[in-house]
Amino acid sequence: MTAWLLMLALAAPLRSGLEDMSPALQALQRDDSQNPGMLWVRQGEHLFGAQCQRCHAQPPSAKRFPALSEGKLMNLGQRINACRAPAPAWGSEAPELLALTAFLGHRERGQLVEAPKDAALQADLREGERLFRQPMGQLGLSCAQCHDGQAGRRLGGSVILQGHANGYPVYRLAWQDMGSLQRRLRGCMTGVRAEPFAADDPAWTLLELYLKQRGAGLPIEVPAVRP
Amino acid sequence: MTRAIVNIGPVRANQAFEVRTLLQHPMENGQRSDENGKRIPRRIVTEVEVRFEGELAWSAMLGPGIAANPYLAFWLSLPSEGELLIDWRGDEGFSHRERVAIRFAP
Amino acid sequence: MKRRDLFALLPLPALAQSDEALQRFSGGRPLREGRVQLEVAPLVENGNAVPVTLRCEGAVRLALVAPQNPVVELASFRIGPFARPEVSTRIRMATSQTLVTLAETVDGQCWQQPVRVLVTLAACIEGESP
Repeated sequence: MTAWLLMLALAAPLRSGLEDMSPALQALQRDDSQNPGMLWVRQGEHLFGAQCQRCHAQPPSAKRFPALSEGKLMNLGQRINACRAPAPAWGSEAPELLALTAFLGHRERGQLVEAPKDAALQADLREGERLFRQPMGQLGLSCAQCHDGQAGRRLGGSVILQGHANGYPVYRLAWQDMGSLQRRLRGCMTGVRAEPFAADDPAWTLLELYLKQRGAGLPIEVPAVRP
Repeated sequence: MTRAIVNIGPVRANQAFEVRTLLQHPMENGQRSDENGKRIPRRIVTEVEVRFEGELAWSAMLGPGIAANPYLAFWLSLPSEGELLIDWRGDEGFSHRERVAIRFAP
Repeated sequence: MKRRDLFALLPLPALAQSDEALQRFSGGRPLREGRVQLEVAPLVENGNAVPVTLRCEGAVRLALVAPQNPVVELASFRIGPFARPEVSTRIRMATSQTLVTLAETVDGQCWQQPVRVLVTLAACIEGESP
């Protein structure tokens, strides 16, 4: 309840993708015995116990990411990979990484997304915003044009969402699978006929940082379900 | 790494209760093609059997039209405490079992 | 409404497949309309995972048929002595169509219930591979 009141106080027009889903899909997300994402949360719990607990007595916070670590901007997945080095890094869609990020994110479900306040992050934040506003692809569309400018209106049969990242990793019905924010953004870029950034391009994390500020005040919904 | 989640509410003698199951499985329907245009073969869960103390209580036959990561919820009413066995079987020799000890709530 | 009337508007292959599926379920016995219920949203935004609940007092068997799917028989269920006749699952729907729920009650009678479901398609087609 407090989460919703705070959200209203901070930014009245903020709207999670959850609110634009049908009642049936909302119920699916809210019911842990039906939410397919919980399968990954459970797996993550097992993996954490088996591989991480020897160093991390308590599971660390997911919501503070993206953050500066070892002098670099990292999201949670990149931080996990850095922890595991020299073991080969998991790709963003590796089942193990989706499971761990789902488990960690889920622990803070219901808490609010916090705007990145660290002074050292402000330059990266501006770069993330620049990427968000940059026209791209054959259609010359920027993220902002649809998700700021046209949010709430319709494209074909669907409502254009504000495009927040408060539920990742998400179980997306279109994928019939769990996926990361990068996977979703990659799909968006392909959708506007733009060449997606390379997998290890810092652009993904910069965008993730900006999206975090943009969605500050929304409740964390990991694991979210989306069409 | 197969994982299943089984959720059961409080159980009391001869009172209907719901068993909710989620199984991680792609339920590849055999209709899709990969990037090279090659058909991805069907790989689905085809049957589910639920046994209470060895006796078949409920069963399902599933086709490719059941969604990925199948959710199956059914209702039981049991006269006594005991062991519930849930078995999923499917293409390519797939099998997974969950054992649940049914104990009555006060 | 007779079964024939129900399927009169369907393209022939769908009609044949569904008819066979219904016949297989009933073993040639008459399929009367009524008694079995299907709970499903009338409009779904994505056909990949549509929640459904089948229910029929006194049923020993339940089934669901989607005449417009590549494989029309979605699932069938046997209700044993320890079970109650209600099942929930999630189905795939290839397109908007009239689903047919089937039941066999303990007295040997067979029942059917058609329910129309509209499936909308996402406008932003990504075309990405997994």
